[in-house]
Amino acid sequence: MDIPLDYETLRVIWWALMGVLLIGFALTDGFDLGAMALLPWVARGDEERRMVINSVAPTWEGNQVWLILGGGAIFAAWPFVYAVSFSGFYLAMFLVLSALILRPVGFKYRSKRGGAAWRAGWDWALFVGGFVPALVFGVAVGNVLTGAPFRFDTDLRLSYEGGLLGLFTPFTLVAGLTSVAMLVLHGAGWLSLKVEDGPVLARAQRFGKVAAVAAILFYAAGFAMLAFTDMGYRITSVPDPLGPSNPLRTTAVHAAGGWLANYATYPWMWAAPVLGFAGPLIAWLGISRRNHPLVFAGSSAATVGIIASVGASMFPFILPSSIDANSSLTVWNASSSHLTLFIMLLVTLVFLPIVLIYTSWAFKVMFGRVTTAEVRSNPDFY
Amino acid sequence: MDMAVIELSRLQFALTALYHFLFVPLTLGLSFLLVIMESLYVMTNRPVWRQVTRFWAKLFGINFVLGVATGITMEFQFGTNWAYYSHYVGDIFGAPLAIEGLMAFFLEATFVGLMFFGWDKMSKQAHLFVTFMVALGSNLSALWILIANGWMQHPAGAVFNPETMRMEVADFGAVLFNPVAQAKFVHTVSAGYVTASVFVLGVSAWFLLKGKWMPLARRSFTVAAAFGLASSLSVVVLGDESGYALTDNQKMKLAAIEAMWHTEPAPAGFAAFGIPSNVDRETHYEVKVPYVLGLIATRSLTGEVTGITELVDQAKVKIGSGIIAYDAVETLKTDAGNPAARAAFEENKANLGYALLLKRFVADPRKADAAAVDKAAWSTVPNVPAMFWVFRAMAGLGFFFVAFFAAAFYFATRRQFGRRWFLRIALLIIPLPWIAAELGWILAEIGRQPWAIEGVLPTFLAASDLSVAQLWTTIAGFTLLYGTLAIVEVRLMLESIRKGPEPIAEPGDADGPAPAGGYAPIAAE
Repeated sequence: MDIPLDYETLRVIWWALMGVLLIGFALTDGFDLGAMALLPWVARGDEERRMVINSVAPTWEGNQVWLILGGGAIFAAWPFVYAVSFSGFYLAMFLVLSALILRPVGFKYRSKRGGAAWRAGWDWALFVGGFVPALVFGVAVGNVLTGAPFRFDTDLRLSYEGGLLGLFTPFTLVAGLTSVAMLVLHGAGWLSLKVEDGPVLARAQRFGKVAAVAAILFYAAGFAMLAFTDMGYRITSVPDPLGPSNPLRTTAVHAAGGWLANYATYPWMWAAPVLGFAGPLIAWLGISRRNHPLVFAGSSAATVGIIASVGASMFPFILPSSIDANSSLTVWNASSSHLTLFIMLLVTLVFLPIVLIYTSWAFKVMFGRVTTAEVRSNPDFY
Repeated sequence: MDMAVIELSRLQFALTALYHFLFVPLTLGLSFLLVIMESLYVMTNRPVWRQVTRFWAKLFGINFVLGVATGITMEFQFGTNWAYYSHYVGDIFGAPLAIEGLMAFFLEATFVGLMFFGWDKMSKQAHLFVTFMVALGSNLSALWILIANGWMQHPAGAVFNPETMRMEVADFGAVLFNPVAQAKFVHTVSAGYVTASVFVLGVSAWFLLKGKWMPLARRSFTVAAAFGLASSLSVVVLGDESGYALTDNQKMKLAAIEAMWHTEPAPAGFAAFGIPSNVDRETHYEVKVPYVLGLIATRSLTGEVTGITELVDQAKVKIGSGIIAYDAVETLKTDAGNPAARAAFEENKANLGYALLLKRFVADPRKADAAAVDKAAWSTVPNVPAMFWVFRAMAGLGFFFVAFFAAAFYFATRRQFGRRWFLRIALLIIPLPWIAAELGWILAEIGRQPWAIEGVLPTFLAASDLSVAQLWTTIAGFTLLYGTLAIVEVRLMLESIRKGPEPIAEPGDADGPAPAGGYAPIAAE
């Protein structure tokens, strides 16, 4: 069949769509993760805890699908990336999965029984379900930036060197903490919109301020490390955006400062980090002026900017290899076939707008702040 | 290849998949039962139907979260544990998984929140629509997963590309309208409907035995009996369709299920009993019913069902052709334009996977001797005794469900809700549909061995580069986590069942205390 879009264009579209899905996940489920990471700290006593839980309970499930879809779409459009990142970060993925498994169960089961120990146990499970993924996703992004220790043989079979502890370096920890601060801020932004005026709201604002400052500091530290430590990669072969997806066709080298090169070539890409820094500031302003929608707008902007800046810094790299730069995955060598990318684009163009319509409707139905009175009387509440 | 890594990766996949499928069938079926119950509420406007719907919805919720939680593992496990698989077939296999997320899981997950929290926030009709979307989403989800699984069983519409060293899609329509996938989908969702019907009927029977919440119990009994009868008929008939799909597409699986070591003159007999032996390559003490297998498998008196030995001989030929393809691919790796290698590849590419089977016995398939080819050809035979017995257990349960629901339907239509012997049976057999469903998956997946993708990629080549220690860590972790959650789930289910439904809010609408004998016509209220 004739495919009306060329391979290069489709690859760039799917690179952008991968970003859209990850940002979609962080924007929606991000506040669920952040709110749960805040749960033991912003809410004291059972009623307050239930208020926080019920502020996310009706919509978190749909939000999490962005992650599932992200996984599926990376599998379909970037099979090399799916294979390398999921198996290379094996035990880290297991940590995230365990934490994410605790979360739905925690929401649903916590309030089905009255015992204080039972509920406190699930509250900590929910905290783990929010905090651990927020941290590990950030550490994983840090490792994507430093490169992962993998190589391909001529059958394109993967092998790795290094285990779980190798994932944690000063830079990747800074990346992890940036992610925690960003998502906690976003969680605080969500709570600012969703809980009634009272002690929970007040505490969420206080934690939000701390998180905003922390997000700026960690993000700046990460950026400084990109600039002043020897991080980054550069493609040395002639890029072949129309060629078949085989990582061994590319040669690349480790190149200090490589992750800032795009900003010199394409100055418009500065928009991403600028948004990443402006977002927490806007959220901070919102908190100071008690303008709750502004807090959420700021935390959303921070999330979009910070994640987009990772993509902007690395393009066309997706996942470089730290032990064999020539095995690195790029936009030009790691995608699915031309036909698959096109079919999947058609499917996405049809279904993503439908998803956005009914998701908006769901948020509209559940619009409004959760009140203590409702927590006490609504039989459907968790 | 470290075989311990392969075996542990398979063990982990089996554990997590079978565990996941403890929750899925109930979700598939109960969601539609909720639609039926809520439709009755919307149509009759009787509060008791609201009570019925909300009671089962509560149990649905307790089950649903574990399906969601364990489903995340499934979506990521191909990447974590089967990295070479992910690379080798991601171009085709990833698509149905992604579409599942986009088209089905989003629908299901977004609307399930509204289903639980939206009772007072929208009209009755809107809420019914929401419940319907949950049912539709979960069933569409099964469709896409079974399209993915069906492709593993019968990889239509894809070809190997030596430039990228993987399978790539050639005809997406063939992937979508794969006959194996179609047959599997209808069989699997029907099994889910049976599971939910048995569950609802069993719990209702317990209420009837205890004399508790009779209006709810009688109504639930009736709905489940009708839905269960239709579904159990469908699961058996469409299961047969699934078997028919094997006749053309997975001959070895069919031969193994029948423990048919040699091709028989048509129409072949069906082995009702026997003790198949992998070592002796024959079935001892076999009791055959003449004609039946030939009729089921080929739907004719003249069609032949090929036996295991003959299929192994065919595999030897395919291995020979596969070695030529393998040799050509090795040449094309360094000399992509070589016309002789290209021609040899084009001619033999369909059998490339058979050469890969040899890697279990020799490092380079091109250096395989006749003994290695023989071993590789016999390795295409799955575990015959397991297939033979698992199939008979599953199919036997299927026929039992038809009889059981026929009886339940009879009692429900005659308003005979007080047959205590039947109620006790209904309570006792609650676990059976889960056993049948798990057996069905075991049959499907053991029957595909030694292949991860039938005829394309052997399982032992598909795993990630992991260590035994890493695998034991995650297997132990999943076992502990899943085990704990299973205990918690079952306890909460039992507590919720014991607690029963919420009281009916509006007075005067529940029917009065049940008369002695424990049954009253529904129309009495």
